[in-house]
Amino acid sequence: MIRAFLLSAAALIALPAGAQTVAVTDATVALGDGSAPIRNGTVVFRDGRIVSAGANVAVPAGAEVVDGHGKWVSPGLIAGFTDLGLQDAGGIEESNDTAARGSPFAAAIDVSTAINPAGAKIGNERLAGITRALVAPDAGGSIFAGQGAVIDLGDDADAVTRPRAFQYVELGEHGAREAGGSRPAAYALFRDALAQAQDYRGNPAAFGGRERASLLKRGDAEALLKVIDGQMPLVVHVERASDIRTVLGLVRDYPRLKLVLTGASEGWLVAREIAAAKVPVVAAALADLPESFEALAATESNVGRMRAAGVQVALSAAGASGGERNIRQYAGNLVAITRIPGATGLDWGQALASITSGPAAALGLEGELGSLKPGRRADVVLWDGDPLEIESQPVAIWIDGRPQPMRSRQTELRDRYLTPTEGVLPKAYDRR
Amino acid sequence: MRSRIRSLRLFAGAAAALSLAACGADGERPKTASSTPAKAGTPYPRDPYPSTYHTYPGVPTLVRNVTVFDGEGGRIDNGAVLFADGKIVAIGQTLDAPAGASVIDGQGKWITPGVIDIHSHLGDYPSPGIRALSDGNEATAPVTADVWAEHSVWPQDPGFGRALANGGVTTLQILPGSANLFGGRSVVLKNVYARTVQGMKFPGAGYGLKMACGENPKRVYGSKGREPSTRMGNIAVDRATWAKAQAYKRKWDKYERDGGDPPERDIGMDTLRGVLAGEIRVQNHCYRADEMANVLDMAKEFGYKVTAFHHAVEAYKIADLLKATGTCAAVWADWYGFKMESYDGIGANLALLEKAGVCAMIHSDDANGIQRLNQEVAKALASGRRAGVDIPDAVAWKWLSLNPAKALGIDDRTGSLKAGKMADVVLWNGNPFSVYTRPEKVWVDGALLYDANDPKRRPVSDFELGQPGEGDVK
Repeated sequence: MIRAFLLSAAALIALPAGAQTVAVTDATVALGDGSAPIRNGTVVFRDGRIVSAGANVAVPAGAEVVDGHGKWVSPGLIAGFTDLGLQDAGGIEESNDTAARGSPFAAAIDVSTAINPAGAKIGNERLAGITRALVAPDAGGSIFAGQGAVIDLGDDADAVTRPRAFQYVELGEHGAREAGGSRPAAYALFRDALAQAQDYRGNPAAFGGRERASLLKRGDAEALLKVIDGQMPLVVHVERASDIRTVLGLVRDYPRLKLVLTGASEGWLVAREIAAAKVPVVAAALADLPESFEALAATESNVGRMRAAGVQVALSAAGASGGERNIRQYAGNLVAITRIPGATGLDWGQALASITSGPAAALGLEGELGSLKPGRRADVVLWDGDPLEIESQPVAIWIDGRPQPMRSRQTELRDRYLTPTEGVLPKAYDRR
Repeated sequence: MRSRIRSLRLFAGAAAALSLAACGADGERPKTASSTPAKAGTPYPRDPYPSTYHTYPGVPTLVRNVTVFDGEGGRIDNGAVLFADGKIVAIGQTLDAPAGASVIDGQGKWITPGVIDIHSHLGDYPSPGIRALSDGNEATAPVTADVWAEHSVWPQDPGFGRALANGGVTTLQILPGSANLFGGRSVVLKNVYARTVQGMKFPGAGYGLKMACGENPKRVYGSKGREPSTRMGNIAVDRATWAKAQAYKRKWDKYERDGGDPPERDIGMDTLRGVLAGEIRVQNHCYRADEMANVLDMAKEFGYKVTAFHHAVEAYKIADLLKATGTCAAVWADWYGFKMESYDGIGANLALLEKAGVCAMIHSDDANGIQRLNQEVAKALASGRRAGVDIPDAVAWKWLSLNPAKALGIDDRTGSLKAGKMADVVLWNGNPFSVYTRPEKVWVDGALLYDANDPKRRPVSDFELGQPGEGDVK
């Protein structure tokens, strides 16, 4: 690990900001925009941005050529609404920054201040092809969880792509609990908080918000003004069809709200309404159990049926115990169910888009992230096979055009114990 | 991140199996004139909640022109599998169809033994995961060897049907959770819906004892201000309990041999006595290599065997020790980093265990993960190959059926496609280690209980009936 950091630090000094032009040639190119993969294609990137990608792309003179023969190249994967970067392990309370039950602040909370690019998980998940994450706080003490961030997983000190990228709010069962015990209480809290934010805008000096008893602190009010004005997307976690309808109705009172739904296990039951409202959804692909009374109709066909109804849909990495890397397995399974009578899945191009450009688009960042279209950030992964297939692994990874180390703490551990018995010295002396 | 419930469920461990072979169906020991003195004491019944499971009707079935993984490491390309009367009849390159048999062309498909999950909480932590149905952890004392997981199982948990249809799971062990050092007894079930848990119980399968070490017991009881609050406290309470169990066993052994006044019954100690007598298998939730070594020494100290460590995230660090003690390891493919004792998880764990000759297997501990254990094994295979440990696909199927069957003591009846074993069989619509593959048909004891192409062969639990999403493909 240390050596990997030193190596990449040296590379950084030699090649600032990925100035070198790189061409990945003769690979199967998957653009990540929903289109089908292109055989014998080329991807060119320079200065951290995609220059061109597809068939019949010329290799610029002087480019570093990476032979992609027999391999696949795709955009880096984007893990949507995860807590990656907010904890070293969920159960290590001392290191866990996902929620703050004891804090007087809620909407004001800004997760970008917690991201540690050197965390072991960042390196482990990067090696699996995850290059960006939409990081959300967990609600603790209020329906407002706070402001999430978009991060990159690059092996460098600069992890935050976009701080304060969205506000995260709970309005289903979880929100009911946080609000004191019911959904109506959650909506009362929601409306009152927005009204207070308007009060703050109208007369900041009179607002207060620093008293112990104030329900909304000044920082919370400031954060919510951006939500009211549509400058910051409002990610709402709900599951039940009736809750989705209620949330879609919020725009009648707050017409500039830029809503994004997450969860939405019963989204397929109200897919046409979601599509008509042009609200993007980031859903769990494989949640197919009635895990709660707000998800009785959960099915693996949820994402496919919403997509078929015209909803802009992406996959969530929430609850991925095996790591954010499993989003590509989720996407692959949505292709698999297209062969099951009665089920609705995604075609291959849509499936890849659901973990690349889809999560970016949910936050309005598709012009910047998530595909190999010209001008996008050069997050590029070269795979030894179909990126949605389980056995495939990255063989090269670039983030913002910079090559990434192909080792992680997990590969270090693995190699130390390839033979379990001790040698002449204890295992602590076994180093790569 | 919305996984608070799951973190509670991670209190799960394993359970063991009580061999009933030594007992008659009524729990009486075999009596002979020479071995049973007239004054012997009356044993207590070993099987008071007996299985009422029966096989469902099937038809003789031949699947031919199919890729066969036999579950014992063998593979036959363009092979055939024949089963009838609930049992495997034969597997081979070509087989003749008996008169009246259902013949299935398996072109492009794979056939395998049914998947066995040795670590599940279905029924005990069913869906919906509400407080009223949270029946998996008797988290009121560190030693609850007296509880039996089967007395919590809700047979209508929709998770059973999903595990069958999406995962090809035909047998599973339900364990009490891992809040406690001694969590209680497990139960082994055939994956069929029934009105009662007795109707699901795998006939003749032995019991298990779920034990747990590490962070869960010390957190649960430490937060209550009582022992154990540390790892050393865990072992201390374990040892004190085993010492009592030895004394209990001596008293009951003497009574059953010599008669006299019967000793006082202790339901929890019955289970521990069963472990010390080799009738009940220890299934031990334990993550860290050093803790597993401590437990193995404790087992030696008190004269019992650990059948399998579950959640053995660091098993790869002590593969040699597990091999030497004949201890199995049940693991996830890639779960890591959700608490300190899972921090060192690596994807190559299973492959490194297999390479070292350890009895290794996949497990789920999860109502969602149980639906894709084949894909979990595919991930483990890929990680192994990445590390230079290339295990053939057919060998890896042992991790899904035969090895868990061994650790449950039912490998003479299920776990591989071998003549005479139960016809617990899955037909996959492609290579089961591909993400694009799903179960097409699942048979339990030769009865077709799932067919992707037949909406009527898709179970709908009582709970789902008349509710949103009823009967959907899920």
